[in-house]
Formats: sequence, C-alpha cells, structure tokens
Amino acid sequence: MSAPPPAPKLPVSLAANPRLSSWVRFSGEGRVAISPGKVEIGQGIVTALAQIAADELDVAIGRIEMIRASTATSPNEGVTSGSLSVQQSGRALRHACAEVRQRFLAAASDRLGVEASLLAVDDGTISGPGNVRTSYWELAGDVSLDHDATVGAAAKSAGARSVAGHSIQRIDIPDKVFARPRFIQDQAPPGLVHGRVLRPKISGAKLIALDEAATRAVSGLIAVVRDGGFAGVVADSEAAAEAALKALRKGAAWSAGEPLPDESDLAGFLRSQPVEPTVIDTRTAATTGKAALTLRRQYTRPYIAHGSIAPSCAMAQWDGGRVHVWTHSQGVYLLRADLAIVLRLPDENIVVEHMEGAGCYGHNAADDVALDAALLARGAGGRPVRVLWSRHDEMSHAPFGAAMAIEIEADLDAGNEIIGWRHAIWSNGHVARPGRAAQPALLAASEIANPHPRMISTNPPAANGGGGDRNSVPLYDFPAWTITSHRLLTMPVRTSALRTLGAQGNVFAIESLLDEIAVLRGEDSIAFRLRHLRDERAREVIRAAARRAAWKPERRSGIGHGIGFARYKNTGAYCAAIAEVEGTNDIRVRRLTLAVDVGEAINPDGVVNQIEGGAIQATSWALKERVRFDRTRVTSTSWTDYPVLTFSEVPAVDVEIIQRPEVEPVGAGEAAHGPVTAAIANAVHDCLGVRVRDLPITRDKIIAAMELAT
Amino acid sequence: MPAIQFRLNGTAAVVDVDPDRTLLDVLRNRLGIAGAHVGCGAGECGACYVMVDGRAMSSCDMPMWSVAEKDVVTVEGLGTMELPHPLQRAFISEQAMQCGYCVSGILISAAALLKRNPSPTEGEVRTALDRNLCRCGSHNRMVRAVLRAASEMAAS
Repeated sequence: MSAPPPAPKLPVSLAANPRLSSWVRFSGEGRVAISPGKVEIGQGIVTALAQIAADELDVAIGRIEMIRASTATSPNEGVTSGSLSVQQSGRALRHACAEVRQRFLAAASDRLGVEASLLAVDDGTISGPGNVRTSYWELAGDVSLDHDATVGAAAKSAGARSVAGHSIQRIDIPDKVFARPRFIQDQAPPGLVHGRVLRPKISGAKLIALDEAATRAVSGLIAVVRDGGFAGVVADSEAAAEAALKALRKGAAWSAGEPLPDESDLAGFLRSQPVEPTVIDTRTAATTGKAALTLRRQYTRPYIAHGSIAPSCAMAQWDGGRVHVWTHSQGVYLLRADLAIVLRLPDENIVVEHMEGAGCYGHNAADDVALDAALLARGAGGRPVRVLWSRHDEMSHAPFGAAMAIEIEADLDAGNEIIGWRHAIWSNGHVARPGRAAQPALLAASEIANPHPRMISTNPPAANGGGGDRNSVPLYDFPAWTITSHRLLTMPVRTSALRTLGAQGNVFAIESLLDEIAVLRGEDSIAFRLRHLRDERAREVIRAAARRAAWKPERRSGIGHGIGFARYKNTGAYCAAIAEVEGTNDIRVRRLTLAVDVGEAINPDGVVNQIEGGAIQATSWALKERVRFDRTRVTSTSWTDYPVLTFSEVPAVDVEIIQRPEVEPVGAGEAAHGPVTAAIANAVHDCLGVRVRDLPITRDKIIAAMELAT
Repeated sequence: MPAIQFRLNGTAAVVDVDPDRTLLDVLRNRLGIAGAHVGCGAGECGACYVMVDGRAMSSCDMPMWSVAEKDVVTVEGLGTMELPHPLQRAFISEQAMQCGYCVSGILISAAALLKRNPSPTEGEVRTALDRNLCRCGSHNRMVRAVLRAASEMAAS
C-alpha cells in the first residue's frame, strides 16, 4: 500500500485565526464585511482580497465592505510586508469564504428541502430547482460563523473564478480622486488636539536640560510632556503646536551625539565593524577544476530613505488606563506588543487600529509616531491627539534601508566558465520591527526615563527569505559556492526594513558580475543566463522580456541595453528586466521592459501597477538616492538634499504578465527592484564601457569608474 | 486684524486669521478642506498644491495675506462624484495611483496645465508635473490620465 497523501492543512493565517466570523460577516441589507489582518499601504491589497472573497462567496464586489485591521476585532496576521499579503491573507480568505459558502448552502438545503449540490449562488441569492430561493442575508440568523475553519471546504477551481484573475478597478481610488478623507493625516475627530515631538538635530544626542518657560507662554498650549529624554507639546491647533515646538527647541540642551561613519567610504566602515558572521549556503562540486582566473569585485549600495510623501502620523486617546491608537503601521498587533511593554499596560488595555497613510515601502516611522502619540496624549486630558512628524525628522530619525558592501569572487576555468562562486555581505541587519522581541523597537522607548536599549537590527532567518542575505544564493547552477553574511553589531545609522531588504543589493551584485563574465566570454548575456538556469518559469520570464524588448537591439552610439533577473526571495515572483539607457556622463533610463510571473495574478492591472511602481522606484534608487551625512548628523533632510526621480526623468515602463491561474499567487511589490537595478547598471556598461559598482550611478560615480578603468 | 477675503472653489470666503498663517493650515484647520495634503512644509513636493488665479502653487508656504482677493481652487473644487472633472474620471479609468497621497496636488497641477494648454504633448505634461513628487512610481499612469482627459475635453 502506498503512503497516504499528506493531511490537508489550513492556510497559515487561517490556522492562526481559525474563527470564521473573524474573517467574514453578513451585515445589514445585503452587505458582506470582510476583515483581513493585512492592511492597505498603497499597494491595492484590499481590492485583491475583496476580489477573492467576491469570487468564493458569489457576491457582487460592490456588496463587500473591507474592514480596516484593528486589534479589537481582526485576525492577527502579523505584518503586511515581504510581498506575502496575497499569499497569506488571500489564501486564508479564499478558504474561509469557501467554507462559509458551504455552510450557507447546507442551511439553504435544509430550509428549501433541496439537495445542496443542486443549489446555486448568484450575488448572494441562493436558488434551486422549482424556483426556490433564499439568500445569505435571510439565512444569516440561522448560520453561526462562530466556528473554527476546517480543512474540508474546497475553494473553486481556477476556471470557475469570475472576479479574481481580472483587472477590476481598485475600490479605494474614487475616494482619493475626490479627496474624501481616507488618510490618517486628514482625520479630525471631535475634540482633536495636536502634538509635536522634539528630536535632536545631532545624531544620537540626548536631551539633558529643558527650559519650558517660553513654551508655556505660547497661546493655545495644552501641555508640555516630558519623560526623561522624550519631550513634546500638545496644543489646541497645529499652528500653536508648531509654535510651541519651536519655543521648546530654543530651551533644549543636548548631550554630544554619537559619531557617524564616513559617507565617502561606506564599504570601509561596513567591513571594519564587529560582526556576526553566518554561512548562508554552500554547495560543493563533485570535482573541482582549477581556477584559471578569479574575478574579485566589490559592490556597494548606500543607506536609502523610505521617503514617504506624507510625514508619519498617528492619533491616540486615553480613557483612564486604556488607550486607543490609530496608526498606519504595517502590523497592528506587533505595534500593540511594543506599546504594552513601553506603557506597562496589559495588551487588552490597548486598541491599535489601522488607518491608511501614504505609500509605505517598509518599516518607516509609522510605529515610532504611534508611541509618540500615546505618550503625548497623556497630557491631553482624554482628548484625541494627532501627532505628525516633520519632513526633517522623517528624513533623519526614521529607519533607513541598510547600506551594504558585497564582495563576490568568481573562479573561472580556462574557458571562462564559472567553477566557483563566493559571495560575502557586510551590512547592518535589515529588520528592527516592533513586536518581535522582549525589547521594544520604537524610537521613544530609547528616550524616556528608564530607557530601553536601542534595538540593533537583525536579519530574518533564511527560511523566511533572509535579510541582508536575501537573494544572495544564486538561482544559477554554478557547481560550487559559499555565501556568507556579516551582520554588523554596531548601528550608528538606524536601519530597518526597506522594500526587498538585501535583495536589491545582492541581485545588483550577482547580475552585474554575470554580465561581466558573459562579456568576457563574448557570449550574449541572455544566452549565458539561460544556459545556467533550469527552472522553466525563470527561463520563460527572461525569454518573454527578451522578446518584448527585441533583444538585442542593434548597437547605437550613446545607447545601451542591459538585463537583470531574479526570483524574489528565490521562492516568490519571477521577474526579468531589460533597461535601455542613454547618456555620456548623466545617465537617463529611456525604457524598462519587464516580464513577471506571480503565479495566479488576482488583479492583473494591480500586478502591473506594482511592477511599474517598483521599476520606477528602483530607477530612482539606482540613479539618485543616497542618504547623506557628515560625521555628526544626517544632512539629506529635505527633497532638495535627497532628490528622487521626477516625472521628466521617469522611463517608459512596459510590463508583460505570464498568467498561471493554476499556481498559488505570490506578491509583486518587491519583484522588480533587484532586476531593474542590475539591468540599468549593465546597460550603463553597454553604453559607456564602464562598470559602476557603487550605487547610485551618478555622474561622479561614472567618472570615478572611468578613472579606475584607465 | 482685518479679515482676509478670497474666493474658494467658486464661493466667497472670509477668514479672520493671523495673516502670516499658511493657506494650507487655514484650508485644513479652519475651512475643513482636507484635499490639500501636508507633505514637506517647504514647497518641495507638491502634495499641498492648490490653484491660485489659475496657477498651481504650494499652499504650505503661502502666507494668508498673499491670498487676499485671489481665486483659490482645491481638488474639492475640481469636481464631485456626481459631476467629476475629466481629470478625475481619467485618473480612475487609468487607475493612476498607488497610495494616492500625492494625487490631489497632481490633479491641481494637471488642471492648471489644461487651462493654459488644452492639448499638451506628453513632454509638456511631464514638465508641468515635475514639481510634484510621486514616491510609488505611478508617474506614467498619471501622464496617460492627463492626456486622456485632454482628449476627452477636446472631444466634448
């Protein structure tokens, strides 16, 4: 007898939150409330999840009301990050809705006296032979959803879905076009007052003395709140809060700060710090040939700012010993865990509720400002306090994406084939999110009296995609490799999760060196990649991008083409990018052509939108972005000092999706960054004949690379 | 201090306010207009753009005294769900955003462009939007939406 098939399992988010009623509720007249634990951060997730629910329940999508995540009611789905929302929340909802539908069909069968298998559901109306009918809403009183999900319910087959897999319009967009307030920055509940926090200009400086006299004279001031080195103001208007903060700053005395690294030698800094080394992966060849040539190349990327267009914002309101916090955090439960530690409250005394902020590209200051609001609201006498960070603080105190130094040694045989590959990374950890440790990660936690130590960023385990090492293990079939990650144990510049974590840097490095070896061999760089890839989906996205870009276009002076490829996290979306650049010293990206495979694309236009956006953001990172600092402070604290890509500089972006409705969906938000960065760098080489290995690829870096080459 | 009079979205507005207060502050905190967004406070990102006498300008660094007797239009004044501006329709058709925080300022820049140049080229649209930052990378969709609105307006 053959072994029994493995027992079917619930999707991971549903196993953690099995109660059906926490996901789906029928409410009012013909409405369906869908309550995911993932949150809208500008990526369109609420629409994709509504599509999945509409399909499985057979209701019109207009009947669905998407409930914002809150610790009071929502399933706990951890953090909305890592391109996992469709994968985790989508699968859980698909399964939960399928089971809900099944339960209602059973109840309808009882009521109508018709076998469940003969019943059909059309926009929530359940009907059967003999013109019998009822509906979800008629039956809602009889069908309790306060049951745990079981493994039995079967979701529809791919072919039976009519909403998922189609490009429907996003449900949040009309509000945003007609300026109906959805953003937390625009909320004005009754009794609202305003808070601002005092933060140092000098990195690591601590507040040691504060003369509050002038601040107390500001008209409209409600309170100066001070807790150790944390200080801020609450006032009855934003203008008064700003004026009070200005006065408070004049009365503040600060300790000396902590020195920052030399921004012109980030690799030197990263490679000279105490580190925790980890061997990420090794592969040993059956037979080792002798290397005829070893190429050793170092790649670096700078610290990168999230630079959300809105400054981080939160609201908080105390009621006795309980606090309600409104936040654009990516993880309401995780934020609550940190708030509980800092505020010394039991979890049940804190409600954390999500509200949309501007686009979020990782762990920005959303969580920090939530604690700021909770601390300042203590001085507001039970009124709600809205706290807004300044652009300056957003660009200097929020966590940055970590700088990286990557060295690859490639051993080549006499025919310039790769026979050995050593990839080493030096970087701070890429994650210091709240709610993951006994120690809080929130900025003010390190400022209050009896401060908590500042969290040093760590890396998620390789099984979760890794951190600094993300995408460092090649997808190519090299015979041998060693991948090593060195995580810094010091952190003079605060880092945490930024879109792709280390994948952008690692893919840039791997794909740049592959390109260099292909050129050395005189082999077409796409043919070279295809020769080293066995995964058919990987090969297909590369071939699709190549077809679409008519690879390789004829050589023209002043124009270059390059390719980059990766499968995000080596387990997620496949993406190939081809860049066309022009220029001499200043590089302009003219066109990006991408092919992507996310399995089932729930909302194809949503996937294209995410890939386009990722490609354009990656172009901005690759050509322009770099957090600037001197030895005492961050200096890139405005858009003038931290330029990003503008409308005139944005390339044409052309995206092809390879639809695989039968394959479980994965997220698209982080697939493009690594491939696009590498494609641009390789196109710059094609155009100018120099390799820029130090991001961003600016005029100065190109000139430096040219000088190095001569 | 004397009250400051101006036109806001087609109707007369009078505010009794410190003339050094910014237009953005007054719109959001006195007049209940949330469509002009807070971005940088320094006129560098475009999130707070409003039309002043037909020109797209940042309101975060515009003192109220300079608004006296002017004609101010915010995104709320462009159109409504029932009577949308062609740009608003086009932004929905093209799904021209991700987070949408920058969109109200971009709609204002685009509306000001179409007022002075009803049939812009793609390059002219990009130039007109260059002072508006978008961090999500929805630029090309927005440019397509502006061009779509322009051709719809020309056809009607």
